[in-house]
Amino acid sequence: MLIPLPWLAEFVDLGGRDGQAVAAALVSVGLEEEAVHGSGVLGPLVAGLVLDVQPEKQKNGKTINWCQVDVGPGHGGVRGIICGAHNFQPGDKVAVALPGAVLPGPFPIASRKTYGHLSDGMICSERELGLGQDHGGIIVLAGLGLDPDIGADLIPLLHLDEQTVEINVTPDRGYCFSVRGVARELSHATGSAFHDPALITAPPPSANGFQVELQDARPIRGRAGCDRFAARVVRGCSAAGPSPDWMRRRLTQAGMRPISLAVDVTNYVMLELGQPMHAYDLAGVAEPIVVRRAQAGEHLTTLDDVDRALDPEDLLITDSPRGVAASRVLGLAGVMGGASSEVSAETRDLLLEAAHFDPVTVARTSRRHKLSSEAARRFERGVDPELPPRALQRAVDLLLKYGGGETDWAVSDAGAVSRPGPISFDPAYPERMTAVAYSADQVRRILEEIGCSVADSGGRAAIPVEAGGVAGAGEWLVTPPTWRPDLTRAIDLVEEVARIAGYDTIPSVLPQAPAGPGLSRAQRLRRSVARALADFGLVEVLSYPFTGTAVFDALGYSPDDQLRQAVELANPLDSAAPLLRTEILQTLLSVLRRNISRGLTDSGLYELGLVTEPEAGARPAPMPGTDRRPSVEELEQLYGAVPPQPRHLAGLIAGMRQPAGLWGPGRPADWADAVEAALLAGRTLQLELTVEQAVRQPFHPGRCARLLAGQVEVGYAGQLDPRVAEAFGLTGQVAAFEMNLDRLIEAAPVRRSARPVSAQPLAKEDLAFVVEESVTAGDLVEAVKLGVGAICEDVSVFDVYRGGQVPSGYKSVAVALRLRADDHTLTPPEIAAARAGAVRQAAAACGAQLRA
Amino acid sequence: MPEPVSPLDQAGLERAAAEAIAAAATAASLDELATQRRYWTGDQSVIVQANRAIKSLPGADRAQAGKNLGAVKARIWAAFDARRETLDALASEQRLAGEAVDVTLPAVRRPPGARHPLELMQERIADVFTAMGWTIAEGPELEAEWFNFDALNFGPDHPARQMQDTFFTNPPDRGLVLRTHTSPVQARVLLASGVPCYVAVPGKTFRTDELDATHTPVFHQVEGLAVDRHLTMAHLRGTLDHLAQAMFGGEALTRLRPSFFPFTEPSAEMDLLCFACQGKNPSCRTCGGSGWIEWGGCGMVDPHVLIACGVDPVEYQGFAFGMGIERTLMFRNGVADMHDMVEGDARFSLNWGVEI
Repeated sequence: MLIPLPWLAEFVDLGGRDGQAVAAALVSVGLEEEAVHGSGVLGPLVAGLVLDVQPEKQKNGKTINWCQVDVGPGHGGVRGIICGAHNFQPGDKVAVALPGAVLPGPFPIASRKTYGHLSDGMICSERELGLGQDHGGIIVLAGLGLDPDIGADLIPLLHLDEQTVEINVTPDRGYCFSVRGVARELSHATGSAFHDPALITAPPPSANGFQVELQDARPIRGRAGCDRFAARVVRGCSAAGPSPDWMRRRLTQAGMRPISLAVDVTNYVMLELGQPMHAYDLAGVAEPIVVRRAQAGEHLTTLDDVDRALDPEDLLITDSPRGVAASRVLGLAGVMGGASSEVSAETRDLLLEAAHFDPVTVARTSRRHKLSSEAARRFERGVDPELPPRALQRAVDLLLKYGGGETDWAVSDAGAVSRPGPISFDPAYPERMTAVAYSADQVRRILEEIGCSVADSGGRAAIPVEAGGVAGAGEWLVTPPTWRPDLTRAIDLVEEVARIAGYDTIPSVLPQAPAGPGLSRAQRLRRSVARALADFGLVEVLSYPFTGTAVFDALGYSPDDQLRQAVELANPLDSAAPLLRTEILQTLLSVLRRNISRGLTDSGLYELGLVTEPEAGARPAPMPGTDRRPSVEELEQLYGAVPPQPRHLAGLIAGMRQPAGLWGPGRPADWADAVEAALLAGRTLQLELTVEQAVRQPFHPGRCARLLAGQVEVGYAGQLDPRVAEAFGLTGQVAAFEMNLDRLIEAAPVRRSARPVSAQPLAKEDLAFVVEESVTAGDLVEAVKLGVGAICEDVSVFDVYRGGQVPSGYKSVAVALRLRADDHTLTPPEIAAARAGAVRQAAAACGAQLRA
Repeated sequence: MPEPVSPLDQAGLERAAAEAIAAAATAASLDELATQRRYWTGDQSVIVQANRAIKSLPGADRAQAGKNLGAVKARIWAAFDARRETLDALASEQRLAGEAVDVTLPAVRRPPGARHPLELMQERIADVFTAMGWTIAEGPELEAEWFNFDALNFGPDHPARQMQDTFFTNPPDRGLVLRTHTSPVQARVLLASGVPCYVAVPGKTFRTDELDATHTPVFHQVEGLAVDRHLTMAHLRGTLDHLAQAMFGGEALTRLRPSFFPFTEPSAEMDLLCFACQGKNPSCRTCGGSGWIEWGGCGMVDPHVLIACGVDPVEYQGFAFGMGIERTLMFRNGVADMHDMVEGDARFSLNWGVEI
């Protein structure tokens, strides 16, 4: 909302405050400052007398004028200025921006060579000064009724020193979409007296006014779409002519485009009082006007020239041509008028409308037709229902004053608005919420200041209200003003007391919460894993969780892969990425590509984040009422409607895992780096994960490990399928892993017991087995461990060999055994038995032959 | 071979000792020292021979001779031992000197890693709250509309519901949105655990804003919710002041400005006294000269929210607040452009490492 300060000053004493000070005062009562605007014109801008005009024809066919303009001795006397406009002559006084001046844009003015002359300033048009849209010619000051001295400073004369404060109005404060409302708030903030511009005496409604009928076949939530429709008629008015300069200027400052007297007056009154209005060409409207809901199939072409199919919930203004009642649609009530009854150049007689529409009806229509308007913005936030007759009177006065004509004294005023009921209010309630000891007098004064009437309940029977308890002896009945539909509960009044008394009076006291358990186990473990991977040399990044089928294709998912079953956004920002990721690698790969493209060719990245698990047959989430706690069934349905979103952990390592250096050449990342990272995540959680050979996209079919915690699958790690890497523009081997961190944490031991440390001597044995290629090292190690039995401390593979004496299709796998007993030195027979057990079990489980 | 000396010839023994000690002291290498040692302490040396001669002395002289010789012998042996230690030390010094390297050469063989600063910031904030006894709650990012809006007093036709720039999902009647704030977790916590309740909720949130220098469709918030008997706006203010001091240090102060949120009443915007200029520099680049930085929204939990979550608003009242993690990072650590926070460039995270 843009509020020109001189307009504001009509209703509240600014006390010498400039725009910044006014904005700061408004902030203190809850109107957020967006900006303070000036005209954007910096002088010198002076009155100049045109002495001579020499038209000069140019090669391009245009004629420009070489002018001699007297700007007064204080500004260098007579200056030569080039001007393209032709609407002036010698003897006219004009607005001259001298070198050094700045016009809105910003557009600095300097002496410059143009059309073969040195143009020593600029003669300005309205548009160039930001005064309006008129660019048909330059400003001739006499046309504005001005005859200043030559050289006079035009900035105050043209009101270019006026400031406009731009504020952000929150949705509960509809009344602040008016100069009236903001002036009232400023008076609250500063204590200055407020003069209500809506205190206008309007004639009472009469039976002979323009006929209006209010109908509503389909009220929304029991509320009629229109509960008040007032109208006045003005005849013989120059409605299509221009409005006065001051009005045009204020509308422009307030961000609206001046159009014609009729339209400008309705807009002016709306900005001043907050009542949206509409002016119809009386000749185009047939009695009676009927306000009703739309019927299926009806259409309307709105003022913005869009043909709109109407919804049965839309509230319409209709009239009754050829005696057929409500047969022609004039406009969408409270949102936008139709093109057919628009005021035109021929319009002499006007029908003025000021009505009160239901906020929900207007909000839904506005939303449905994606049609935001000044009127809708106000109605959906609530308009003072007492305004219509007063706003009409203000508009009539302005029209008659500036457009002539006369008004029918007949006044239409259909409907009956409901007045806000009293709220039971305990004057101690504000203190209970803010810890500020307001006196009862102070509370009463504030409530009255904002327009409430306050009465003692006199100990009458209790009135139940949800938050303020019940009215009892000593409590008040507070009736909010008609312009505050947001005040319906005692707690709403508390906010009023607190904000007018000032939030700065609220003390600062640290609450004492009961002792807590600290982080949850999952939160703690997650941090440990994240930290371990950082210490492992990977860099944590965050990617947007949006993906698309093209990514699924690039990852090589089969058409029926579960991972494709992703939740889809109805309104994605990027139409190529409308799906919520089902694995992190789907979104992490493009982050890796970005890093590499920026020259970070050796990149190890990881991300912890949620993925959305698809589930078949999801049921819609219910929308239980909010006047109570949802039932157990409703809650179960709510929880159940939200798809599971497990936390995953994924990583990618590309380029050199170990850089080249004095220690030798670098080592490129490979599948083992991914498996190492995955095992590290497990070990951080005290889990020894099992590694299995697996095949799964997007991994290399021969270099993919499946990771298990016990029997539970927790993730995959290995080398990214080179075809996938290529699809993402990546070269070389890329290590990748994706784990379900929630599952990993669930599998982790909660409290691990101590393991006694044996001080007995260690025995080492090496064994080499020949096994078929298909036997994995993991299988062989497991068999050896089993065969050795209780004294097995560790078994590790230290060599894999092919060729030589090992037959084709076989490989030699050498393992190192570490053997130790808890309570004695191992004897040679024990060690021999362990070896024999290992060999026997390896043969049995893996077909392994001990290599000679 | 040196001339034999009688064990009774005190002067001769002294001479031999002086010579031997001098030889030990001047031995330039371990080899030379070994040679000299053999000469002065070996079987054929003056001292050892003299020692052998003792047994042929008359009984009365033996004791005196043994005593003399023992003292001399000890001095000689000590001299050689001392010299040996010296030469040993010298030798290892020389060897180590030969092993010297330029330690300014590259030593980092494993690439450094880092956490993401937004994650670190959330953890830091969580730590401030757990230290006060609060717990850290979480919730889903894809959320039921009811939790995101209805339970928080955003009626279906309330203008504020339209102002949230919400991501909806298909089919539209499924009633799921990407949560527009962390506030739905308020309702989840109250419904699951009841009151009294002191929770902080860091997490990811979503709005349909295009990415630019100050906006991102995916961002992070931290929510606070405290519901108990007798909690007031003074407690809200105290909590915010404490958090501000913990995050920004020093005398960080907050200011409350009246505002509007459907789920709080009274509602306030919270501003932070500019920690860069303390409100004293009209051309401050951090606060734009206003002296204050917008940090988040807050207020007393609206009775409607308590009722929808099954909490009696007459007996219990409380406060809630929410602030942007990105904004916090921007102010606290001088991040100028949102792009850096969301693009995943490793250099951005590496700037901080594992602490923020």
